[in-house]
Amino acid sequence: MAILVTPETKVLIQGITGAFGAKHAQLSLDYGSAVVAGVTPGKGGQVFEHAGHRVPIFNSVAEAAAATGATVSAIFVPPPFAADAILECVDAELDLAVAITEGIPVKDMVRVKRAMQGRKTRLIGPNCPGLVTPGTGADSHGGCRIGIAPGYIHRKGHVGIVSRSGTLTYEAVYQFTTRGIGQSTCVGIGGDPVNGTSHLDVIKLFNDDPDTHAIIMIGEIGGSAEVEAARWIKAHCKKPVAGFIAGTTAPAGRRMGHAGAIVGGAEDTAAAKIASFKECGIEVAETPSDMAEALIRAAKAKGVTLS
Amino acid sequence: MNIHEYQAKALFSQFGVPVPAGVPAKSPDEFAAALAQLPEGPVMVKSQIHAGGRGKGTFTDGFQGGVKFCKTKADAAELAAKMLGNTLVTAQTGPAGRKVQTIYFTAASDIAKEYYLAILLDRASSRPVIVASTEGGVEIEKVAHETPEKITKVFVDPAYGLADFQVRELIAALGLSGTEAKNAAKLLKALYTCFWETDASMVEVNPLITTPTGEVLALDAKVSFDSNALYRHPELVALRDLNEEDPKEIEASKHDLAYIALDGNIACLVNGAGLAMSTMDIIKHYGGNPANFLDVGGGASKDKVVAAFKIILGDANVRGILVNIFGGIMDCNVIAEGIVEAVREVGLTLPLVVRLEGNNAAQGKATLATSGLALTPADSMADSAQKIVALVA
Repeated sequence: MAILVTPETKVLIQGITGAFGAKHAQLSLDYGSAVVAGVTPGKGGQVFEHAGHRVPIFNSVAEAAAATGATVSAIFVPPPFAADAILECVDAELDLAVAITEGIPVKDMVRVKRAMQGRKTRLIGPNCPGLVTPGTGADSHGGCRIGIAPGYIHRKGHVGIVSRSGTLTYEAVYQFTTRGIGQSTCVGIGGDPVNGTSHLDVIKLFNDDPDTHAIIMIGEIGGSAEVEAARWIKAHCKKPVAGFIAGTTAPAGRRMGHAGAIVGGAEDTAAAKIASFKECGIEVAETPSDMAEALIRAAKAKGVTLS
Repeated sequence: MNIHEYQAKALFSQFGVPVPAGVPAKSPDEFAAALAQLPEGPVMVKSQIHAGGRGKGTFTDGFQGGVKFCKTKADAAELAAKMLGNTLVTAQTGPAGRKVQTIYFTAASDIAKEYYLAILLDRASSRPVIVASTEGGVEIEKVAHETPEKITKVFVDPAYGLADFQVRELIAALGLSGTEAKNAAKLLKALYTCFWETDASMVEVNPLITTPTGEVLALDAKVSFDSNALYRHPELVALRDLNEEDPKEIEASKHDLAYIALDGNIACLVNGAGLAMSTMDIIKHYGGNPANFLDVGGGASKDKVVAAFKIILGDANVRGILVNIFGGIMDCNVIAEGIVEAVREVGLTLPLVVRLEGNNAAQGKATLATSGLALTPADSMADSAQKIVALVA
């Protein structure tokens, strides 16, 4: 089954005519994902063409969804317009909006998140690589790739991955794939302090997904979302879980690339998060090279075979 | 982005947050004119640097205290002359300290009681939170740890802004009444507007004070802004003080590289913030010490790699370099060509370990192998970290 998206999910892309959006629209089409529409205000009626695919472009999300049945949007619009793009998805009652855009002002996200309360749409990101549900073809072709992750490193299988970081997620995926272990869905929730979907939200979905047999949570310094997720796992999750936290060596008060990766108080540190993982029965990857092995250890301890 | 206290207080004034009268001066020639603008009476002399703990700091020439109370303006001018141009070391500056390039003279206030007040983002609720305490003028972390009951938090709904009942709740928590309560209510609303309208990531007033006549004043001010929102605040960008930033970090930002200098000797060049952080971690895990955080970004070009090499080599402590690239979409061979070009251009003689993985990695590795350069290829992150640590030891 996978979570959030399946290979059948119909995807629209906001900002498909920009260089960044266009490049990743092409890569998603190449991967075999169902990119059914593009949205760029003022360019409605044009067609996005790539390798024999003809993707119609609409002026609004509502029009695109109505005409094509798209239920998910990938947002590639520049930061000053990104909050509006997300709200447009909410208004069109899409199931999911995935905001790839990096550099959205925090205040915009505070307002967006408030406006989304009680509404149907789920937000993933912003400042995230998106999500991938691998397909059954060669190099996981035929899956659903939303965002900027490299599709080919995946393999269809039963490990659920949730992470705040892009390349560190790819590193983890690659470790699993090269060991012959596939993934159900890989979700990058983004590195900003205010995001739509938390580690815990994704872990709950993985816990309920019969297709996901084990979970790895990749976090970093800043905030307390990983600790919150760890506590829930201890109380409710029966599946094997491993975790890794980046930023053990990060000095306090310095933002480590991601807007959200900053040590403010004692709870924000890597050491505090790792301690909470251990306390909650989560197998800790001691180094980033140890992520796949850590989950293999966790699975073995629970008698689960990973594939 | 951080600003100085004198800039923060000018901003507070614009939004109607009361502060003591104050005037900045950037050279001794300006002292007399600056002091003349203040009312008669005692004066505070305050060193302006982007770091806390100024009062308890020590200058590198042995002079004690970056914030001083003076009974007369003449005394103030004399002390200011000792601070200006001098380097102040505080608990937050690191041993190198910061050069004081501006002095802020303020009218000394009669203090009835000190309080703590701050507004920042609460990540868990994704809302602004106002933090207030009756324990002002001390480290708030200590108060939070030892007497958490003395801290009140009010979460502001961004759809409505700060509500009157929340203002009353804060005032009650601070134990204020009468004139003080009225003045505090005005200050709270003005401070929240300042926080919200300027896209601040934090405003902190420590201490907030009451005076014997019932005034409520921000005696200190620390303000930082969300750098993602600066594009809509050109007036705030003008407040940036490059003297307070590491020149290598400024240079890096020109090339759209995220670089942070650290105190180790193994430089890292990595794509992606999470991978860059964890590369530092794994160097430390194998007994080394990272010299920097450097994220070349997801779409690194050859030029960016060259610029990145120049920046990390600008750090005299560097004894070796670890390049860790996971090329998802990015072509590893492009990075390999960039590395070869950079090494030749800068005439690198230090040990260099390169780990390339992902898209077109085999071609990238071949480019490096046939380049004739003395570099050490590595496979996994663990392998690369162990190799560079051994080479530098």
